[in-house]
Amino acid sequence: MTADGNAPHADKGTPHEIVRELFSRFGESPFVLQNTVDRVPTLWVDQSRLGEVLRYLKNTISRPFKMLYDLTAVDERLRKNRFGLPAADFTVVYQLLSIERNADIRLKVALTGDYPSLPSIVGIYQNANWYEREVWDLFGITFNGHPNLQRIMLPRTWQGHPLRKEYPARATEFDPFALTVAKQDMEQEALRFNPEEWGMKRGTAEEDFMFLNLGPNHPSAHGAFRLVLQLDGEEIVDCVPDIGYHHRGAEKMGERQSWHTFIPYTDRIDYLGGVMNNLPYILAVEKLAGIEVPDRVKTIRIMLCEFFRITSHLLYYGTYCQDVGAMSPVFFMFVDRQKAYDVIEAITGFRMHPAWFRIGGVAHDLPQGWDRLVRDFVEYLPKRLDEYQKAALENSILKMRSRGVAKYNTADALEWGVTGPGLRATGSDFDLRKARPYSGYENFDFEVPTATGGDVYDRCVVRVEEMRQSIRIIKQCLENMPAGPYKADHPLTCPPPKERTLQDIETLITHFLGVSWGPVMPAGESSQMIEATKGINSYHLISDGSTMSYRTHIRTPSFAHLQQIPSVIKGAMIPDLIAYIASIDFVMADVDR
Amino acid sequence: MSGFLAKLQAWFAPIMAWLEPWLPFIFTALTTLAILLIMVIVAAYMIWLERRLLGLWQDRYGPNRVGPFGLGQVVADMLKIFFKEDWVPSFVDKPTFIIAPVIAMSMMMLGFAVIPLSPTLGVADLNIGVLFFLAIAGLSVYAVMLGGWSSNSKYALLGGIRSTAQTISYEVFMGLALMGVVMQAGSFSLRDIVNAQAGMWNVIPQFLAFLAWVPAALAVTHRTPFDLPEAESELVQGYHTEYSGMKFGMFMVSEYVGIVMVSGLTTTLFFGGWHGPGAEQYPILGLVWFCAKTFLFMCSYILVRAALPRPRYDQIMAAGWKFCLPLTLVNLLLTAAVVLWNSGV
Repeated sequence: MTADGNAPHADKGTPHEIVRELFSRFGESPFVLQNTVDRVPTLWVDQSRLGEVLRYLKNTISRPFKMLYDLTAVDERLRKNRFGLPAADFTVVYQLLSIERNADIRLKVALTGDYPSLPSIVGIYQNANWYEREVWDLFGITFNGHPNLQRIMLPRTWQGHPLRKEYPARATEFDPFALTVAKQDMEQEALRFNPEEWGMKRGTAEEDFMFLNLGPNHPSAHGAFRLVLQLDGEEIVDCVPDIGYHHRGAEKMGERQSWHTFIPYTDRIDYLGGVMNNLPYILAVEKLAGIEVPDRVKTIRIMLCEFFRITSHLLYYGTYCQDVGAMSPVFFMFVDRQKAYDVIEAITGFRMHPAWFRIGGVAHDLPQGWDRLVRDFVEYLPKRLDEYQKAALENSILKMRSRGVAKYNTADALEWGVTGPGLRATGSDFDLRKARPYSGYENFDFEVPTATGGDVYDRCVVRVEEMRQSIRIIKQCLENMPAGPYKADHPLTCPPPKERTLQDIETLITHFLGVSWGPVMPAGESSQMIEATKGINSYHLISDGSTMSYRTHIRTPSFAHLQQIPSVIKGAMIPDLIAYIASIDFVMADVDR
Repeated sequence: MSGFLAKLQAWFAPIMAWLEPWLPFIFTALTTLAILLIMVIVAAYMIWLERRLLGLWQDRYGPNRVGPFGLGQVVADMLKIFFKEDWVPSFVDKPTFIIAPVIAMSMMMLGFAVIPLSPTLGVADLNIGVLFFLAIAGLSVYAVMLGGWSSNSKYALLGGIRSTAQTISYEVFMGLALMGVVMQAGSFSLRDIVNAQAGMWNVIPQFLAFLAWVPAALAVTHRTPFDLPEAESELVQGYHTEYSGMKFGMFMVSEYVGIVMVSGLTTTLFFGGWHGPGAEQYPILGLVWFCAKTFLFMCSYILVRAALPRPRYDQIMAAGWKFCLPLTLVNLLLTAAVVLWNSGV
């Protein structure tokens, strides 16, 4: 059976290869095929068959789906445009990724009832653990058989599940906040770490373990991140990462902002990624709207994204050196980063969070003289990178601290959903810019740097090389910037082109509505993955034919990377952990959203 | 008027007579005070020097607002730290917590006492000067250890543990490295060691010992790359996480006093102390030479901090036991052989 979850213009091509394989294995009856605008094969499956299907996809099938890419839920209760999808109050969405096939599959499970439950899949995909906790936390959906179904984003004392539709989105809809002494004590008590809850022992017959709270405030925790370490001397026996201190409910905000006004919020997800964050959101919205942007827009977007890749990696490079104890490099790299920001500022008007991409284009055309600024920068940076190579990366103490530390291989990386440089340092060359070019990356000549060690050092080497490749891409943008408009000529472009509004009443009305209410996106589901600074970032958008998104889900790479920490760091020492944390390159805003 | 003076003299005469045997003693005490006071001031100004030099090497300014070249920054910081509340956390072991920074500061200053500054100047001329320094270096670790232990905080404790682990690995080869120098001079007295370098500085015949001395000298002061006990990026502030106000200030200044002391010692042991052109005729020139050399080593401390990352402490221990210790033993054997050869046994 096929259901059309989309507005009429959606693509209805032949069923995907993987869908045919599943149909031939299980028959067509357990599934409902849904067409989506993003062309990711989407199948609804009954919860009783889910485990079986997932096991088949992960273990039995040829060229398997080794990575659980994402797991989230949708509150379907208020959705109007369902186009014959199975009846559901809530939907749990599983998205799997296969590197060998270079393909995804999305499985959906329909749930009924106000607080439904379904079986946990932690036994199949280990990294489902945090995702299921998040869905429980934000939707109140119970996963039976989960090892420790606790809140993860919100404090344990929280009342309610915020991503449910009945939960208000604005502070004005709540009673004013008050913090009494009793409440403060209760909140603090709730934060006390209880080892038994996590299956940890407080000691052995001979010795007691030390439990050390590393964070939420710690010089090397890179934000409000708490790691509880179980220590034997300085050796880490086990650890529990605790996240959520930076949770701002970005997904909930997506449901109350117009399609256009949500753009600045995306900037602040990976706050070092700047406009790189706009890109997956904008691309997903453009898919919903059916907008095809001009080449100039594509190239401008790529150029700025690569600028932000460089600024993010420069910051990584500096803090990485600092975390292994080298004091000076970070200053040099911040100087270079500032030079990059000078160019970004000249083009966009802002430094870190320009919110500069628009639905169907970018905010302005490139300013006069942009090419000179960009050229100066791409000629300046490579020399500096060569110096750092000698001064920092080839330093023997730095190598001693990072070679062979916190190693994992490609299989581990896929098991934990690791993407980006952390995956490529293990030898895989999976880079979305090559594997699934978006926004015109197919027109550029660049390489995907990889390394083979999978350790802390290699992760740094890969990023340094990526900066050189980014410079290469920016140079190509510089030399081949297409002429043409910086906005698509489409009614849903926002803000819409204004040129003809004073001649033609229809255009004026469309323009007025687009500017005042914001554009109304056709109902449907869309998503877009991009190779962001820290790994694969994607937005999954559900439009219910309104000026606002019905559900905005943001899949961030750092969330997956932090979940992997305990499996990698057991048995290492505290300084190794610090080097490892530095090598992951995460920001907590990207983890907690 | 002269009558008054005479009266005064007469009045003072018995006191002067009584003081007569003590005068050299008083003079020495005053010199000592002056030298130590100057050293503490120099150490405090090293904070300024370090910040300016780091600024220079890191493409930034460093403190340049208070007074000419930012020289008043140290005074401002000192005033601030003096007037800060002297807060002791409720969970610490109070007596030990208070005594720890005192030990840190006093040990480093005592260590300086045995260093001859010029042919005539110096605080104390002990015939066991080198041993005294080793004892002081050993004792100064208690400051870190006790500070870490009494803070009753986990980061501080880990810092304390690291410092003990580090100490046992560097103290052995540091002592052995110095034995080569001692054998060469035939004396434990630092003045004798300086005198023995009149012809050639120890750094040439005792080069292996010098190689081992450099890391040991860094380790004594807990400076990068041996700053594991405080390792900011790992242990927050390590052993002095819980300290604030003047007690923290004492830990901080003691680090710089340590740098001055160890730089002076490096000069004395390996670079001919106050020796230099003209120092024999004009002892004051000896002081100038000594200060110049010491200053150079102080700056090199800062350069090391600007340049190097921090190894892991098991790596430091491994380097100590597996590389430096054999190195100093070989040096000891070679020196012994040369000394025996020269004495014609």
